Amino acid sequence: MDAAARLMGTVMARKLPGKDVAIVGLGWTGSILAHELTDAGLEVVAIERGPWRDAATKYSVNYAQDELRYRIRHDLFLRPAQTTFTFRNKMSETALPIRTWGAFMPPNGVGGGGVHWNAETWRFLPSDFVLRSHLIERYGAGFLPQDMTIQDWGVAYDELEPHYDAFEYLCGTSGTAGNLKGQIQEGGNPFEGPRSRPYPNPAQEQPFSHALFAKAARELGYKPFPQPSGNMSRPYTNPLGVRLGPCTYCGFCEWFGCANYSKASPQTTILPVLLRKSSFQARDNCEVTRINMDPSGKRATGVTFVDASGEEWEQPAELVILCAYTIFNVRLMLLSGIGKPYDPVKNEGVIGRNFTHQTISDVVSFFDRSKFIFNPFIASGSIGMCIDEFNGDNFDHGPHGFVGGGYMGQVQTNGRPIETTPVPPGTPSWGAKWKRAVRDNYLSALVPGTGVHGSMYSYRDVYVDLDPTYKDHLGLPLLRITMDFHDNELKQNAFLTDRFAEIFQAMGAQQVVKQSRKAPYDITKYQTTHLCGGAVMGSDPKTSALNRYQQSWDVPNLFVMGASAFPQNAGYNPTGTLAALAFWSAAAIRSSYLKNPGPLVHA
Amino acid sequence: MPRRNTATGLGLAAAALAAIALPRTAGSEGSMTTQDFSLVEQGRYLTTIADCASCHTDPSRPLPFAGGRPIETPFGNVLAPNITPDRETGIGGWTDAAFDAALRRGRDDKGHLLYPAMPFAYYTKMSKQEVLAIRAYLNTLAPVRHKVVANQLPFPFDIRTGMRVWDALYFQEGELRPDPSRPADWNRGAYLVEGPGHCGACHTPKTMLGGDKSDEKLEGYAVQGWFAPDITGNKPHGLGSWSKEDIVAYLKTGHNRFDAATGPMAEEISISSSKMSEADLEAIATYLKDQRDHAEAAQSSAPGKSAMAAGGAIYKDLCSACHKADGTGVPYLMPSLAASPAVASSDPTTILRVLLRGAQSVATASEPTGPTMPAFGWQLSDAQIAAVATYIRNSWGHAAPAVTAGMVRRSRRDLAGRSD
Repeated sequence: MDAAARLMGTVMARKLPGKDVAIVGLGWTGSILAHELTDAGLEVVAIERGPWRDAATKYSVNYAQDELRYRIRHDLFLRPAQTTFTFRNKMSETALPIRTWGAFMPPNGVGGGGVHWNAETWRFLPSDFVLRSHLIERYGAGFLPQDMTIQDWGVAYDELEPHYDAFEYLCGTSGTAGNLKGQIQEGGNPFEGPRSRPYPNPAQEQPFSHALFAKAARELGYKPFPQPSGNMSRPYTNPLGVRLGPCTYCGFCEWFGCANYSKASPQTTILPVLLRKSSFQARDNCEVTRINMDPSGKRATGVTFVDASGEEWEQPAELVILCAYTIFNVRLMLLSGIGKPYDPVKNEGVIGRNFTHQTISDVVSFFDRSKFIFNPFIASGSIGMCIDEFNGDNFDHGPHGFVGGGYMGQVQTNGRPIETTPVPPGTPSWGAKWKRAVRDNYLSALVPGTGVHGSMYSYRDVYVDLDPTYKDHLGLPLLRITMDFHDNELKQNAFLTDRFAEIFQAMGAQQVVKQSRKAPYDITKYQTTHLCGGAVMGSDPKTSALNRYQQSWDVPNLFVMGASAFPQNAGYNPTGTLAALAFWSAAAIRSSYLKNPGPLVHA
Repeated sequence: MPRRNTATGLGLAAAALAAIALPRTAGSEGSMTTQDFSLVEQGRYLTTIADCASCHTDPSRPLPFAGGRPIETPFGNVLAPNITPDRETGIGGWTDAAFDAALRRGRDDKGHLLYPAMPFAYYTKMSKQEVLAIRAYLNTLAPVRHKVVANQLPFPFDIRTGMRVWDALYFQEGELRPDPSRPADWNRGAYLVEGPGHCGACHTPKTMLGGDKSDEKLEGYAVQGWFAPDITGNKPHGLGSWSKEDIVAYLKTGHNRFDAATGPMAEEISISSSKMSEADLEAIATYLKDQRDHAEAAQSSAPGKSAMAAGGAIYKDLCSACHKADGTGVPYLMPSLAASPAVASSDPTTILRVLLRGAQSVATASEPTGPTMPAFGWQLSDAQIAAVATYIRNSWGHAAPAVTAGMVRRSRRDLAGRSD
């Protein structure tokens, strides 16, 4: 009866008691905002689509290292049967639904991507935040491709520095500072923006191949440094009093939950404290379907969600904060009719605009097995030595005819048995010869994972909108991704991959196989889970969905966290930046918005 | 503690309403008024020390002090009664004298003898004034109508007159007299441990009849599927390797540089000792450190080489990542097996339970992490569990009796009927 009545549209969502704040998604940004706003005295509910997760019940130490379950079968991730996306390369094509994850892995459940990430904890370059004006000033407007839509963020590195610092100390990030208050430090990244104090923990010990890469890079004139990492190099107690243990270099980090309390995640840094607060409530297995609006269309009244029993509930709230994964934030805004949807033909509208991903490539190298034994299984998620000479605008792009770049490094994070099977070109793909080649090369070949971690800048014809055909199990339209590589990114990648390969040659590899990124963009091949944009921040409501505090221009009591706010993607992993932005927004809400609820920026 | 103040405030409001709506009862006649703030505060603190909530609040129901929780005894279960001021189902109708008799003489309001699941043999060390302070605090609670039939024991233990024998053997009525030759904090510690804190209720070995073995005070006892370890100042079974600061940190936060509290002790810390004053915790530590084992440490024969080799291999493979090859763990996160009284105990109940079932350590305001030990019972055979248990009990200076596969089998059987 209930189900039938609901299908007939005659049952209203049941209304829950109102809260000060409704947070959609309990990952990194949701946990940060919930913690900050409960500290400010507000009643907060976080509504999470996926299940509860913690080490003891979901990735315990005696089964966490299961490559088949977690990596191959995607145990920690969203099931496409619940919701998925449609994809096409070009606007002229018909998009089709993605039925198994490929190019990226949408997280699900409490902790979000913070459970499965590798914990690479980077800061973006100061010039990344003023990218358009910086590049035009240096190279002239004519240097940028006509259809490239990159823009400035509306927030500067110096404004974010205290918030980067807060996140790194929350996480116990291990690393070597390269720039302390403007003083370049030996052993760190000389290109990074000034940091106010060192990392809370020293860098992890580097395994043999990583150290060898650093030596070769140094000999080529580069300045290698350890990748900043949320894998603990020693026991750590964060400012909230939560304890983390030293990493055991087990090599099961990315796509896995850490069973040893050694990887920074919401579970290992914030949730133990958040859950003790009586003003905080979490609802798991509840999927938010829309943001509710008052008749003026300028004010959110809360959210509607559907629980695991299929019951619909209305959660009224004074403040709504979207903290879901990039594309789910954008989809919720489109489903709720908030902001003007992006129209690539007219080049108008903002929701769905400036959608980006990453430009990744790799180099596989084979060494003399009588001289090199790398033991690739000794690794952690963010282990590695990197160089930043070819990131952002750290080098003169003038002669090369492209913009952007990325870090590159020997960041081999594992030697797991199913996927770590590098064999030289020409080896049969199965059978006795393949097996022999795998055995011969396992210990002496290098596969750096995301070796070249390049930027992807934004373009007029790369965007997301609601699919006209395909719907999810609740009858709501899927989000449609239209994305392809542009020449600028392919040139960038070819150049970076060549430089990367030279370092492996210098290490003494017998054979170096370049796996450069090629067009078209392939939705079936994993790159990273760093989807960005679609509801970007900026200074102009015509080209951004959010102001510099990640507050909706159209609905001032709606804030949107996460990489959906990035106007374009830089050559780094995004978590450090999206977390810093979450602290930045929380500070603005606490210091300004709560005193005088309304737009924090007047356009 | 704003939350508790709120709860108390609501309780006061409810009590005030009840007073308006209802005629005065025998219990309130002549009893000290709840308006006496200092008395109520004293009573609240004593109620915390005495850990009344642990038994008298059913963790499965949000009704503080309304009773109903089964208390396991070797003879069967007893349900803790409702001690809210409800007149019919709680103790609202009791006189102060009846309340005092229950706490200090082991008799209910009708003169029946109480079972020692109620630790009156410890509470008798309190003064009448203190007991009535507890009453004054309990009177501020919201009355909850919840009928509990306490006596669930099988024949013949359900006959309360049998308790006369028990009382004669094991119950010594009377307040604790301070030892003038000892400093004040030692005496305070003695009062807390032997009196309201009733540490011995779990930690002191019991006779066949469930009475304390007074010559083996605090030397460890298996209770509720756990082994409450030796908490004397003895080494290596007791707290000999812990400093006073270690003991205070453990009682205050549930964790110290060596160990983490799980099981019934986790609950005790959460409800009781984490809310005790620093001075009182230091007094407890002073007193415990001064207690000595009276029995000779059990001499155990060296465990077999093959069990140690197998156990060592399992330890290296499954345990050493967290607990480290030398058993020292990670302070405040992964317990040190080398310094854990539970590991070195002659009785392996706790170790087997934690290995088979896993354990959730307590999370407190100052140690919010609450790390967990995963369960290995599904993964390892009886012989493998026995080997690794034997290994950790005979490494890093420990010398405890070997664990056999048969003991693991019995432990599994016992745990099958227990919730976490």
